[in-house]
Amino acid sequence: MATYSTNEFRGGLKLLLDGDPCTIIENEFVKPGKGQAFNRVKIRNLKTGRVLEKTFRSGESVEAADVIDRDLQFLYSDGEFWHFMDNDSFEQCQADATAMGDAVKWIKEEDSCMVVLWNGAPIAVEAPNFVTLEITETDPGLKGDTSGGGGKPATLETGAVVRVPLFIQSGEKIKVDTRTGAYVSRVKDE
Amino acid sequence: MRIEEWRPGARLEALHARAAMLADLRRYFAAAGVLEVETPLACSSAGTDPALQPLRARYAGPVFPQGTDLYLQTSPEFGMKRLLAAGAGSIYQICKAFRNGEAGRLHNPEFSILEWYRPGFGLAEMMDEVGAIARLALDQPELESVYESYAGLFRSVLGIDVFDSSAEQLQALAVRHHVLGAEGMELERDGWLDLLMSHLIQPKLGPDRLCFVTDYPSSQAALARLNPDGRTAARFELFFSGIELANGYHELVEPDEQAQRFEADNCRRRGHGLPPIKVDRLLLGAMQHGLPDCSGVAVGLDRLLMLRLGESDIDRVLSFSLQRC
Repeated sequence: MATYSTNEFRGGLKLLLDGDPCTIIENEFVKPGKGQAFNRVKIRNLKTGRVLEKTFRSGESVEAADVIDRDLQFLYSDGEFWHFMDNDSFEQCQADATAMGDAVKWIKEEDSCMVVLWNGAPIAVEAPNFVTLEITETDPGLKGDTSGGGGKPATLETGAVVRVPLFIQSGEKIKVDTRTGAYVSRVKDE
Repeated sequence: MRIEEWRPGARLEALHARAAMLADLRRYFAAAGVLEVETPLACSSAGTDPALQPLRARYAGPVFPQGTDLYLQTSPEFGMKRLLAAGAGSIYQICKAFRNGEAGRLHNPEFSILEWYRPGFGLAEMMDEVGAIARLALDQPELESVYESYAGLFRSVLGIDVFDSSAEQLQALAVRHHVLGAEGMELERDGWLDLLMSHLIQPKLGPDRLCFVTDYPSSQAALARLNPDGRTAARFELFFSGIELANGYHELVEPDEQAQRFEADNCRRRGHGLPPIKVDRLLLGAMQHGLPDCSGVAVGLDRLLMLRLGESDIDRVLSFSLQRC
């Protein structure tokens, strides 16, 4: 069992806390001049995404979590699982809906995603920051409106709904920022 | 090597502010008739406080041909008390102090300390002078002082009697106040008091006023004499903006009690798996000769400078902190 002492704490270090893999966001050394030293640590639970603050007695050791980030290619979804492949080793793995989170709204086959693997299994999937997706349905906009003012909902091929300018039509491709869910621009086919 | 790694953490303005602060402090003490002194930073013995770990150095050469271990001082207290016993009168020192294992946003293992002693002063006069020094160093002449007793703070903020709470009760209190991690932690009673103080009380102290915390429990007397009530010590600390800035005592002058505290500290050190520290016979000798009735205080100058400049990391006021030296 690998462990880390509080002296090794730093941003990004992966710990196993109450059975869940966590990452350190911020580590603060707290010590009264004449008293006990503590490490107050801001931690993100990698399974739930929740951020919490936890205190350790300085010098304590904490179990390490075997967590790595990998760029994997999305192959397909069978409805229950989303399947990914490592393009170097050709190893495949599957993520469930919990691990997928919001990424299901944005990714389509062959997209490359950042996948967080805990003991080799995906626990979180991050869509690329920008994706290009086709609009499957949106109300026809007003003729001649190219100003981009106002806006209307549009359904994308993945099922996600984003607000687009009035001049955007069904069948067009658009670029979306997956972190905010905002329309960025129209994409012309080459 | 990272690009520009050689550069100081402090901006040049911070170097100028430090020089101005030091000049102000020296001017104050000169006008007050307090003598500037120097005592060695590398000594054959050191403080025994189990919460402080000295750095060690090795000397070999004339006087010690076989070589000898020296401790880098965690504060200049013992040397200065020997000067007091020799009749030096009111004295101050501005020097580096060293504490092993301490590095963070508010800590650097080598830091600047201002320590001074006032024969004849009780704690009230000493806190008055510490307030004046803090206002001067912070460059905030209008800053007010407030005084709170340690037990009073625990009563008003946490609703408990510190003298009548067991370690288990203090732990339960930390858990109730959502200090995550407290539920599985093992600490002695004073460790729990430290946790509650640093996590739940200290952040509330002195957002816009100097806050003096007085009458620490006798179990945290360190080198202060005990108060007549027997359960508190004549010790105070200064906090400002939630940051600990100074620690002062109406000094213990009894050599026998000092020797007992050294032994008790070393006993606790062994219990924690820490190496015992060689007891300072020279300090005990000075105390046997006679330490004048006096108060003394140590102030963290780097933290004062941080607050003066609005910096939140000590690295920003040091030329070269641990990561850069």
